[in-house]
Order: sequence, then C-alpha cells, then structure tokens
Amino acid sequence: MSSYILSFFAQLLLLLFLPPLVGGFIKTAKARLQTRRGPGLLQPYRDLAKLARKSMVIPNTASWIFHITPHVLFTSTLLAGLMIPTLSTRPPLAIVGGVLAVVYLLALGRFFLALGGLDTGSSFGGLGSSREMTISAIAEPALMLAVFTVAITTGSTNLGSMADQALGQSWRFLSPSQILAFAALLIVLIAETGRIPVDNPATHLELTMIHEAMILEYSGPWLALIEWSASIKQFILMSLLINVFFPFGLAADWSLPALAVSLVWLLLKLLLLAVVVILVETSNAKLRLFRVPELLAVAFVLSALALISTFLF
Amino acid sequence: MSLLNVFATGLTFYVVAAVCGMIAALSKRDGRTLVCLTCVAGAAFEAVAALRVLLAGDTLYWSFTAGIPNFAYSFQIDPLAAFFLLALSALAIPISIYSLARPHLASTATPFQLFYALLLLSITLVFSASNVMTFLLAWEGMVLTAYCMVVSAHEENEVRRGGLLYILMSRGGTGFLFLGFLFLSLGSGSMEFASFHNAGMRMEPSFGAATFLLLFAGFGIKAGVIPLHIWLPAAHPVAPSNISALMSGILIKTGIYGMARVFFDFYGEPPVWAGMLVLSLGVVSALLGVLYALMEHDLKRLLAFHSIENIGIILIGFGAALLFRSFGQPKLAALALVAGLFHTLNHGVFKALLFLGAGSVLHATHTRNMEEMGGLIRRMPSTALYFLIGAVAISGLPPLNGFVSEWLTYQALLAGFGVTETLTRMAFPIAGALLALTAALAAACFVKAFGITFLALPRSEHAAEAREVPGTMRAAMAILAVFCAGLGLGATWFLQVFDPITQQAFGVSASPAMVLNSGLALAAGPGAGTVSLLGIAVFLIALLAVPVLLRSVWKPIGRPSHGPTWDCGLPGLTAANEYTATAFSKPLRMIFSALFRPRREILTEFDVSPYYPTAIRFESEIQPAFEKHFYDPLKSGILTMAKRMRGIQAGSVHAYLAYIFVTLIALLLFGVRE
Repeated sequence: MSSYILSFFAQLLLLLFLPPLVGGFIKTAKARLQTRRGPGLLQPYRDLAKLARKSMVIPNTASWIFHITPHVLFTSTLLAGLMIPTLSTRPPLAIVGGVLAVVYLLALGRFFLALGGLDTGSSFGGLGSSREMTISAIAEPALMLAVFTVAITTGSTNLGSMADQALGQSWRFLSPSQILAFAALLIVLIAETGRIPVDNPATHLELTMIHEAMILEYSGPWLALIEWSASIKQFILMSLLINVFFPFGLAADWSLPALAVSLVWLLLKLLLLAVVVILVETSNAKLRLFRVPELLAVAFVLSALALISTFLF
Repeated sequence: MSLLNVFATGLTFYVVAAVCGMIAALSKRDGRTLVCLTCVAGAAFEAVAALRVLLAGDTLYWSFTAGIPNFAYSFQIDPLAAFFLLALSALAIPISIYSLARPHLASTATPFQLFYALLLLSITLVFSASNVMTFLLAWEGMVLTAYCMVVSAHEENEVRRGGLLYILMSRGGTGFLFLGFLFLSLGSGSMEFASFHNAGMRMEPSFGAATFLLLFAGFGIKAGVIPLHIWLPAAHPVAPSNISALMSGILIKTGIYGMARVFFDFYGEPPVWAGMLVLSLGVVSALLGVLYALMEHDLKRLLAFHSIENIGIILIGFGAALLFRSFGQPKLAALALVAGLFHTLNHGVFKALLFLGAGSVLHATHTRNMEEMGGLIRRMPSTALYFLIGAVAISGLPPLNGFVSEWLTYQALLAGFGVTETLTRMAFPIAGALLALTAALAAACFVKAFGITFLALPRSEHAAEAREVPGTMRAAMAILAVFCAGLGLGATWFLQVFDPITQQAFGVSASPAMVLNSGLALAAGPGAGTVSLLGIAVFLIALLAVPVLLRSVWKPIGRPSHGPTWDCGLPGLTAANEYTATAFSKPLRMIFSALFRPRREILTEFDVSPYYPTAIRFESEIQPAFEKHFYDPLKSGILTMAKRMRGIQAGSVHAYLAYIFVTLIALLLFGVRE
C-alpha cells in the first residue's frame, strides 16, 4: 500500500515538473538547429511562474464555463497521465483506466477547452474551437486503429500489460506492424500536440492558428494552467509512444534504484523522440488547414496496414 | 402483490389517465396535471414490475380472450421485455413531470391530454405482447397515437409534412413486419412468440434469410437505421419537445427491442452475413448520423440526427453479438449484447434530457434556430447546466454513462479480432476506428450545440430576453441528469440487470467476470482492460487540490479585473462578430464535401464599389443524399404508376361492374383448372 501511494505521488511530481523541461528542450534545440540562440531550457518554468503570479483580466462576456475550463483540463490531463507507464510498467492508476480512458480523458479536456474558446464570444475563439474539434476528430480513427493494433498483439487495453508484453519481446518493435503503428501514432502525436506541420505553437495572431486561438482570452493563472496542461499532454503522448513501442529500461516495480535507472532511460528516449519532432518541425512548412486531413488519412492508412500486417507477418 | 397485479395496476393507471384526458378534452378543461400525475403513478408500478423480473427472477405470462373468437390477447414479461419496460418507466416519470407545465404554444386542441397516456400504454403493450396479433395491435396503436401527437401544431405546413412522412414510413414498416411474422408463423405453426424461439433457424435457409431481412427492415424503419431514417429528422423536431423526448428516448427503441427479439430469440445462431449486415449498417448509421447532425443549426433536428447516430452505436453492439454467436463465442456475445442494451438505456436517458433541454430553450426563445440563440447560460443557468451534462454524456466522455457503453462496445470489438482467422476479423477493428471517429465528431457537434446556444452574447432579442423555465421542467431535467451520472458511476452495480437477459439468450452471465474489486472497477473479461468511472470521478475532484495548492504557494499579485473581450484588439464586440453554428461546422463541411455536396450563394448589394457592400445575403445548403438518390426516384415512380392506374379508375359504375365480372370469371377459370 505504501509503495502504491509512493508511486502515485512520484508519478504526479514527474508529471507536474518534467513536461515543461521537455518543452524547453524542444524550443531551445529547434532554435539551435535554425542557428538562433533560443530561450533556454528553463524558460517554460519561468513563463509558468510569471503567469501564475499575474493578475488576470476576465472578459465581461465570460460565464462560469470560462473558469471551470482550465481546471477540468488540468485535472483530466493529470489523471490521464497517472494511467500511463512512465518509469514503471505498473502505472499508479492502472485499475482506474487503460488506453481508452486516457484517450477519452484527453477528449474531455479538449471538449471543455473548445467550450472555453466559444464562451467569450471572440471570433478567434470560435475559429480555434472549430478547427481543434475538427482536427482531433479526423485524427481519432488513426489513433484508435493504431491502439487496436497494439492492444490486439497484447490482448488488453491495459497500458501496464501492453508495456510488460513489449518488454518481454525486446526486438518486437522491428516487426512491420509495430513500425507502421509507430509511424501512424507519430503523425497523430504531431496533430494532437499542435506542432508543425499541423499547427504552429510559436505563433499568435496568425489566421492559421488553432490551439492559440482558443486560449486567446485567457490570462494569468488560468492561462498558466492551460499552458501547463498542454505541456503535460505532450509529455503523456510522447511517453505513451516510447514506452509502448520501446519499453527498454522500464522498472518492474517502484523500488528506488530501479526508478533511478528508468528515469535515465526515460530522459534518453524522450530526448530522441524530441529530436525527431524537431527535425520534422524544422524540415517542413505548416500545411494549409485543408491539407491536414490528407496527412491524417495517411496516418489512418498506415495504421490499417499495421493491423493487416499483424496477421500477415 | 403478485407480479400480475403490479403490472395490471400500472396499465390501469394509464387507462385511467387516458379516460381523464378524454373527459377533460370533451369538457374543454385542462386536465393536464391529472393526466401527468396518473401517468407517473402508472410508470412507477411498471418500473416495480420490471425490476421484480430482472432482479428477483419473477416471470409473468397472462393470456385472456375477449371479443374476437379463437383469438387470445397474451402478454409475457421476460427479462428482455422487462429491461425495455424499465427504460420506458425511467423516461416516462421525468417526462410526465416536465409535461406538467403548459407549453408556450398551448393551442385549443389538446392532443397531449388525449393521446399521451394512450401512447405510454401502447408502448408498454408492445414490450409485453407475446403473440403476433397482440404485438401488431399495440404496435399500430403506438404508431397512430404518436402520429396524433407529432401533428399537434398541424397549422404549420412543415409539421403536416413531417407527420405524413412518419405515418407513411411507419405503415411501410408495419407491412414488412406483417409479412415477416407471417413467414415465421408458417415455419413454427403458431402465432405465439414462445413458439418462435429459434424458429428462424429451423426454416429453409433462403426463406429464413428473407424473413430476417423483412423483420430487420420493419424494425429498422422504426429505429431510424440509415437508409430507412428519413422520417426521423422530419418528424421528431416538429413534435412538441416532451413528445420528441419520448420518441427519441424510447419510441424508436421499440425497433431496437424488436431487433433484439428477432436476433437473439427467434434466430438462434444466425449466419455470418446477418451479423456483418447489422454491424455495417450500424457503422454507416452512426457515422452518417453524426455527420448530418453536424450540418444542422436547428437544435431539435440536430438532436434527431444524433438519435440515428446512437441507434448505429447500439447496432454495432448487436452486430458484434450476432457475429460472436455465429463463431460460437457466447461469453463475448454476452459482452457485446450488454454493450448494445446498455447504450440503449443510456441513449434514452441523455437524449430525453437533451430534448427536454431543447424544449426549455424553445419555450424561452420561441425558436429552434441556433443562429438566433446565444448567451442563454446567464438567462437560464439551470437549463444550461443540465444540457451540458447531457452533452458530455452523449459525447461519450467520462465519467458519465455514455462512456461506459462506448467503452464496452470498444472492448467487444477488440476481442472480436481474435475469434476468427478469416478476413471477417478486419470488420471489428475498422468498426472500432469508425466508432472513434463518430464519438469525436459527436463531441465536436455538442461543443457546437452547447457553445452556440448557451455561450457568448445573445444573437437575437428573443435570446436576450429569455427567462428560466418553471420548476417542474427543471426538476424533470435534474432527474435525468442524475440518471446520467448514476448510470455512469454505478455502472458496475447496474450490470447485474443484464444477467437474466444474457442468460436467456446465450446461457451465460456477463457481470461476474466484469465486476472487479466488489464493484469499484469494470473489466471486459479476464486479462482485458479495466476502467473505473467512480475512480475517474473521485480523482478528477481530488486532483483539483493540485491547482488550489499551487495557487496558495504562488499567490497572484493583484486581484482579477473584468474587462471587455480582447478579440485581438478590435473594440466593441457584438453578437455579429461571434462564430455561428454554420461557421463552426464549415471545416467538416469542406472535408466531407464529397458526401454533403454543399452549395452556397452569396449576393452582395453595393452602391459605389463591390468593396463597400450595403447588404450581403448568404445562403448555404447541403444535398440530402438519400432523399435525392433513393427516395425521390421512388416517390416519382409511385406517382407515375398511380397516374397510369388512373386510366382504369374512371369512376364509371359500369366499368367497375365489368371489372368485377372479369375478375370473377378469371377466378372461376383458375379454380376449375386446379
């Protein structure tokens, strides 16, 4: 029981304080790749601290939806994060839900975020909500099919047993179905976290923006919560991707030495995946909004092929 | 009190309510309160009867002869019927309470008082009838009383058209059912449902297949399965909102009840194609239903299209159950059937809630057009809260009831991949992926429905002056909102209700393998995924401590201030700046333009130059594919045939006498030849 409580709080702390670092690394490394200096690894922490201490401006048109949105988003994202394997193959809240619950909890946060965008009456908010719900809906079949592919090979939607199974057969990621499913999920990751070529996280006030348009009216602590949730969500999807396909170094339990080793592994794998994301971001231009469905259709086809190859090869 | 007495007492209350309504209508009095309260009492008794069958294992068979020689009215409440009776009562009670308040368009003619109790009575009889004649009588009674309620506001052209389409298609459906039951009774030699058990499998295969298709089509029309759905979005929106709630909540579920009867009682182990057909029509209905819903800005039409979507989700569960049955997997079949039946109840609850919410909005703003709403969350806070709960539930988001049944459906589909080596296995994950798309689109649609209706600034004077609805209407919505939460959080305890049903259909109980940790978590089977809605709800609240704690560490400097919406620095936000429902769904209209074939027209009026318009007229519409490509040719075909036939229908008595004579001669010759 005590190890259970320990695992809960350890993962909670990890979820709260590691994701901004990942975001900071992506920003800095991307800047370096483009021969800029970049803001530094710790900038996201400084931003959050600054926003949390600012006094906010609440639009006159906003209702109570405006105030509960950041909280629903934050808690649902954190809860989803507690269900995924980060350091150990046994997520603290595995019994509360598996991969389907994770997907639907993220959808719950998105549902309220989109309502928050509409609540203020700003036309940009509506624009962002509309696009966000569209893109996420189009991304959903590819995501679910890839999840099915992985779940079918392990026979469970429980994320712990998925990682366990993968750990048992360490070269499994080389099988065609796993490679295809990974590629599909990578595209979904890029779409869901709002990165180039789907959305540009670095722009405000561009007519192409999606995520930023929804949260335009938020300020101060509420904006801090939303930004924080966004970075936690990115961390969740990245850890999901690396730990389900490449579960090396995951601890089998929550003992301290094993955790130290798996933390190093986790950072290493996150670093590699972040480099992939940065390379994609730097070498591509942002797609026109109506080209995004084509990209996501590619992801869908990839995951369908992944599924077929589970019984062909 | 014996079960029969409880059941009959409930029926008596309905009859009394119907008689009271008739007397009130004849004596030009209101009588609404009396009718509604008596119906609440009737529904309560029926709920007790249903629960006694489901939980205590009682059964009821009741047969009597009256009036017609050689013909008995017979009724039976088995677990399947009891489940649907329970769903009916769960909706009839809040809807009756809601109906206590007078609608805003109280016309002099009062079809509500006359027909409401009769409608509830006939639905009850549909669920409990146990021979063909009793069933068809109840079925027709239901169709006719529902029609009379749909056309309540018959002064409007749109209402009459919707009603006509409804009654025409329902009659067609009854025709299919008539034939289907006739074939079944030819096979079994009796009109009793009890003799139909597995009768479909004893028939010659092609004959059995034709019967299956006939019954599926007949019940499919009632349920609104695409492509037999076109009456549903025409009739549901024009009915008074409490009746729309009843129709979407439970009336279309009589079709689902009929299918469950046919699939899992009359047909024992159906061929694989039957399951594939049901599964694929389920997927098509779910996806097209939600896509058409997204294009609507009439709040009630939008909800009607969502009924089609949810019927699709139910059929995905049923189709999977049929396939598992064909592959000899009773345990998985039980899981899939539980998913489908649970979604039937869940959809009833949240759709009734949403229709009652839409009714309240209609009551307050006198319009169904979402583009004229907005800002209602400030004028009608309770209605907004309940509608939001319904919207979260129908989008399948945790921790409410919609998530449980969708989760069960996913688990059933996931398990399906392993049951066969043939390519049929691909159907399960593809259905799962399209179900995911459907659910995500439904979430998008309800962001639109709630956001445009309730949030931001009011877009019309009606919306700006809306008033919260009376307490009885709010209480009814509150009851349904509590059901949404209760069926989600208490899902594991509720699941045992399905055990007698799966026991009867497949000989297995699903719930023992599905309930973990004495009801705290739900599992799809040994080793498969788990979920705990109670856990999700508890942790969602507990984790709120994190931001609260953080805020006490990092105290904001200064107090929050209120100001105008920033909107990128544009001053003076008005309702005209807001996103509209049409704009919200524009990206999806473009992405799925192959289906929608959108057409738009922009007319600009200007004095000097086109860059300074004085007025702009914008029109956008999508092509209704099924109406254009299937029903329009059908309609014109029927009309042409009728025109041709007019030639022999000249109206002259001599001609008709000649026809009779010729027919007689022909029949005599035919008889002689035999």
